[in-house]
Amino acid sequence: MSRTLQNSDAARLAELITNQEAAILEDWIKEMSGATRRADLIKDADLRTQCMQFLRLLRQGAESGNLDIESAAWKPIRDLLGDISRSRAQQGFTPSETAIFVFSVKKPLFSVLRERLGTDANALASELWTATELIDSLGLYTAEIYLKTRTDIIRRQQEEMLELSTPVVKLWNGILALPIIGTLDSERTQVVMEALLEGIVKTNSKVAIIDITGVPTVDTLVAQHLLKTVTAARLMGADCIISGVRPQIAQTIVHLGINLLDVTTKATLADAFALALQRTGISLEHLSNIKTKGA
Amino acid sequence: MEKIPILRMGEFLLVTIQVDMHDRLAMTLQEDLTNRISETGARGVLIDISSLEIVDSFIGRMLGNIAAMSRVLDAQTVVVGMQPAVAITLVELGMSLQGVRTALNVDAGMEVLRESVDGPRAM
Repeated sequence: MSRTLQNSDAARLAELITNQEAAILEDWIKEMSGATRRADLIKDADLRTQCMQFLRLLRQGAESGNLDIESAAWKPIRDLLGDISRSRAQQGFTPSETAIFVFSVKKPLFSVLRERLGTDANALASELWTATELIDSLGLYTAEIYLKTRTDIIRRQQEEMLELSTPVVKLWNGILALPIIGTLDSERTQVVMEALLEGIVKTNSKVAIIDITGVPTVDTLVAQHLLKTVTAARLMGADCIISGVRPQIAQTIVHLGINLLDVTTKATLADAFALALQRTGISLEHLSNIKTKGA
Repeated sequence: MEKIPILRMGEFLLVTIQVDMHDRLAMTLQEDLTNRISETGARGVLIDISSLEIVDSFIGRMLGNIAAMSRVLDAQTVVVGMQPAVAITLVELGMSLQGVRTALNVDAGMEVLRESVDGPRAM
């Protein structure tokens, strides 16, 4: 297809949209109000405004005669679609629902084209092809932005989870606890390890309790990471106690042949805490015992 | 030539490493320290590495060696104040310094030394 032909197609498209804007808009909204319309997520008025903006910018783009949507003439419509798909990704639209916003304009647009060029089969075919190409690339662009927004959301959540999931808790003067919840992978263990060691320095703690009640599985890698953490803490002069080892995990550890002999393990966090108190030279006694002794 | 000072505190020797260790310095320290232990008849050695930020496997091995040599000369060794980054590096290098006692800071280290020499003190 020659360049001039494309340009004339684009110009005709722009002219058609100018003349038939109201008709296209009505048809389009009707089209969308079918199965794909999400009345629960977006208001009619908002949708109408978005459609009107889209048609206006599509006309502007087509008027430029350049059909490459990456060019400057198409920047406004790219920005609009970017905003729309970003907001829809956050509102909870599915990818198809977002893409259909653009693709559903085809039917009204084509029916207007057919009315106008019904007798000239050649012109109609070429015009349809131009319009299809244009709408397709705009639709794909929308889907791409949608996906990118979702990926960003996922990445942000991952980072937040990583930060949230490693709280180092001070239980007593000189006693730290690190409750680990969720699966341990190497990246996370690195964060956990650093958080614990920094905590030991900051609070001057002699004993650190690593509670793995919330860890669903332990494999050789995780066990190795745990052992490394324990050794690193020992090098700094702190004792580590591991608590909350579940029966399945104990079985796995033994079956895997991991040697946890050098590490103190306790059944529950409470047991570990009692041992930690003992190691720091503190004993707890019930108030009534003290009173009877005093009397 | 650069040297790391070895201070005497009663029956203990105190070494604080405040500069980046290079191999020659480490060898010198090892030699000086063993000489001082036998000269003074010290019962314990406290090595403070809280300002040491970079370690390699050689320095790690040297710490282990010093501890082993002191034990032969009847002195306990405590390494105190290891930075988290240093601890992680040593563990990743596969050096767990078995047989070296550690403590959080000089205070805790002295406590450990006294306990090992006099037996546990009454709290």
